[in-house]
Amino acid sequence: MRARENIQNWLDERFGWDELMAFVRHKTVPTHRFSYFYFLGGMTLFLFGIQVATGILLLLYYRPTPDGAFESVQYIMAKVPFGWLIRSIHSWGANVMILTAIAHMFSVFFLKSYRMPRELTWLSGMILLFLVLGFGFSGYLLPWNMLSLFATKVGTDMAAQVPVIGHWILVFLRGGDDVTGATLTRFFGIHVAILPGLATLFIGLHLLLVQRFGMSLPPNVEADWKAHPDKVRELRFFPNFLLRELMAWYIALAVLGCLAAFKPWELGTKADLFASAPAGIRPEWYFMFMFQTLRFLPAKIGPLPGDVIGVMGFGAAAAVWTLLPFFDNDKSGRGKRWIAGLGIFALAYFVGMTAYAYLAR
Amino acid sequence: MMTANFCMNEKGMRFSLRSRVASGAGPTLGNHGEARQAKIKFALFLCGVLFLLFASPLRAQTKNSCLDCHSKLEGAMRVTSESIQSDVHAQKGITCTSCHGGDASSDDKSKSMSPAAGYLGQFDRKQIPELCAKCHSDAAYMRGFNPSLRTDQLSEYHASVHGQMLAKGDDKVAVCIDCHGVHDILPPDDPRSTVYPVNVAPTCGKCHANAEYMKAYNIPTDQLALYNASVHHTELVEKGDLSAPTCTTCHGSHGAAPPGVKSVANVCSTCHVIQGQMYAAGPHKIAFERMGLGSCVTCHTNHQIVHPTDAFIGTGAGAVCLNCHIEGDTGYGPANQMNKELTGLAAAIARSNDILTRAEEAGVEVGDAQLELTEARDDLTKARVEIHTVTLSQIEPDIQAGMQVTQKTWKAGQAALAEGAYRRKGLLFSSAAVLLVLIGLWLKIRDLETIDDSPNTKEEGQ
Amino acid sequence: MIVCSHQLSGESWACLRVCGKRGQMLDPDKKKRREERRRFVETFLGMGVAASVASFLYPVLRYIIPPKQVELGASLVLAAHIGDLKPNSGKIFRFGSRPAILILTSDGKYHALSAVCTHLGCTVQYLPDQHEVWCPCHNGKYTVDGANISGPPPRPLQEFDVILKGNDIYAQRPQNS
Repeated sequence: MRARENIQNWLDERFGWDELMAFVRHKTVPTHRFSYFYFLGGMTLFLFGIQVATGILLLLYYRPTPDGAFESVQYIMAKVPFGWLIRSIHSWGANVMILTAIAHMFSVFFLKSYRMPRELTWLSGMILLFLVLGFGFSGYLLPWNMLSLFATKVGTDMAAQVPVIGHWILVFLRGGDDVTGATLTRFFGIHVAILPGLATLFIGLHLLLVQRFGMSLPPNVEADWKAHPDKVRELRFFPNFLLRELMAWYIALAVLGCLAAFKPWELGTKADLFASAPAGIRPEWYFMFMFQTLRFLPAKIGPLPGDVIGVMGFGAAAAVWTLLPFFDNDKSGRGKRWIAGLGIFALAYFVGMTAYAYLAR
Repeated sequence: MMTANFCMNEKGMRFSLRSRVASGAGPTLGNHGEARQAKIKFALFLCGVLFLLFASPLRAQTKNSCLDCHSKLEGAMRVTSESIQSDVHAQKGITCTSCHGGDASSDDKSKSMSPAAGYLGQFDRKQIPELCAKCHSDAAYMRGFNPSLRTDQLSEYHASVHGQMLAKGDDKVAVCIDCHGVHDILPPDDPRSTVYPVNVAPTCGKCHANAEYMKAYNIPTDQLALYNASVHHTELVEKGDLSAPTCTTCHGSHGAAPPGVKSVANVCSTCHVIQGQMYAAGPHKIAFERMGLGSCVTCHTNHQIVHPTDAFIGTGAGAVCLNCHIEGDTGYGPANQMNKELTGLAAAIARSNDILTRAEEAGVEVGDAQLELTEARDDLTKARVEIHTVTLSQIEPDIQAGMQVTQKTWKAGQAALAEGAYRRKGLLFSSAAVLLVLIGLWLKIRDLETIDDSPNTKEEGQ
Repeated sequence: MIVCSHQLSGESWACLRVCGKRGQMLDPDKKKRREERRRFVETFLGMGVAASVASFLYPVLRYIIPPKQVELGASLVLAAHIGDLKPNSGKIFRFGSRPAILILTSDGKYHALSAVCTHLGCTVQYLPDQHEVWCPCHNGKYTVDGANISGPPPRPLQEFDVILKGNDIYAQRPQNS
């Protein structure tokens, strides 16, 4: 106890520790029917931390060249003690993190937490979501196996469908006209330097904004509590909510461990730049809904190719979705109905298309 | 305006050019503008030379009166310049008259196809081999074209069944043109050639698979069909392995004849050397010779040679040993035992492969063990070759070696599965620790949030 | 109800204004029991956290320590050691996932070749009497430099560069390929 007090005094003399702690102690989290959704943001952050940690560990052995990438991953899986664990946690963690990020985004949407004054929080969050998808896309190529090579080919081909600048985007992403070792180097730089730097920036901003504005209340709960103040229930963030969040994080760790031990991430066969595409090439699940949509579109819609229309459509949808708070300026606090409907449609579309793509294989 | 004048002056008769304009009106004696004249003459000379240069190829190349007429005919008499374009003889400048004689420069049939001009006309089939050999057996002549080409085709042909029957007067048999073509002959290494390895079997089959044509000869006509179902055909035609055998590989090409019973083993073992050596070292060789059986083909057949399986040998269904051996004789037991050994090793390899695959699917890397297993597969291949000695003691060492490898790899597979199990155990321990923490956290939360303000009531705060 | 920020575990809380509840001093027994329970929970939690952290840190620490068999990459492999091979003999080793053969010829030179026959993939071997590399499946023959000299093999065997370092013999894929 003495030691703890001494450290606290030392910190307080220099950093205003006590004041900081007082602020932290004041933070509360409202508890209501939908409170469980509050866990999703922190879970995404925790999983990001796991990805950074396992990613750094993988960096100790990984080699980002066409000659070395596949072999180094094989080495990690086979020869490095617990390499199989670190690698599988990283691969599974990526997918789970993307899942929680999407769930967090939808829960924020349906609980209408993007309303004033939290517009910038939503904006920074959407940017983070795009960054996270970029992490997934760039990381997928790094093991340099056949599946990842061709998924990258297909994905960058889709990027090339953007009108006017599409080809430039393709060349920028691929480091050339085709997917080659240059693409691997580039994706590696994007994955371990560019995206982490941007993500750190935007996570910092996002968290700052969340602390600044506190936790948002869903409209009906807000109205209810305004009318009946005695119904207000809140939890201290520190330590009560944090302890609960720790429970969730521990469960997540256990889940990742189980996945790594029972369903290890496969190695695949080494990428061969000259081989033809194996049957059934597809992107990862979080891109499947776009992939499936493009498969549905006819080759030509009017004067333009179907793919271009599809990509532009998704771009427009993403833009609308990102700028959502500026559409939903309903002052009544309940938000516009049609936006909720749009959200249900979007969620159903995402889930439905993804399911269809897998079932119809 | 230029006039050409024949001038007579003190210099003698001269052909000169005069320009009326230049040199004034009327002919004048003496100098006709010599410099200019010289220039103009040279120009005309040049034109003449050029005309001849360009005209002569047209004259020399196209002037093939044979083609001129025969390209207009129909049916068997039709030969066009397109059809002989890729012909190897035509490309070397050996054209119609080289074989048929005659005069190709004249359009008059009486001149071009006259015996006086050496015209030989159409050939009787019996004359063809000698006709071709006129050049192809002349080593000095052939040296001028391709020194490494053989020149003994005619003597080989005389030794062949075709040649012998032709000598007896049967002209239904194959002569040179039946296999090589006549006016569109391509070298054998040209993929379009009728005697390119891949095309040899269909070429032979033109007659030998034609039951109607072969009726008088009392030999089977199913060879082509049987060959097309063989592994050699698959290798040659589908996999493009030009070293795979076709008809001529075993029967010879110009000296074509079926290999005799004694020579079958020699023929097959030109490629299957080890199998041939094994067979020669075993008891079958003398036995088959005594029985007048053709060694390899007795078990493997001659044309429909398929990939043998372990079931070929032994006493079970599909075993060729049963064609001769019966229960209780000297060969029956060993055959059975050999089958057991082979299938035993094959099964052990399959088991090892299975466990290694399972370990791999469980996430444990087993590349080293899988590589070691290829040694066992090599041992099995060796054993399958050695059974041609039909002697049990010959295959046993390799079988043993293979079994040892499979035992090692089986153990490695088990170790890999154990590693997978160890990982799960480790996970269990981790999960147990996590569970402890979860319980601890829950207890802590409860503890924090329990509000005791009276001995009996407890309020669970949020 | 706002949870009182004055609350201290196990002790009475008495912030009337904030909590709206009149607090009562707990009787000493309860207080002691409460204190004991708190300590038990904290110890239990501490042990659990320690165990879990250990179970996370242990693999990470083992991971960080580099394994004995250093990864040289797909293009460089340790084939054998000096003295493993007698003169005029060959030895199969693993290059990547395929077999390769290391030959020590009578003149003391090492040769390293892919051991996968270019005909149908059987594993070749070295014949000391003929000083040749031979495939037992269909009698294909190669020189010790890999050139296909007899039989069905259509292409030479891939040659590797041999690098001697101390006691080790390495085989390396040629850099210009």
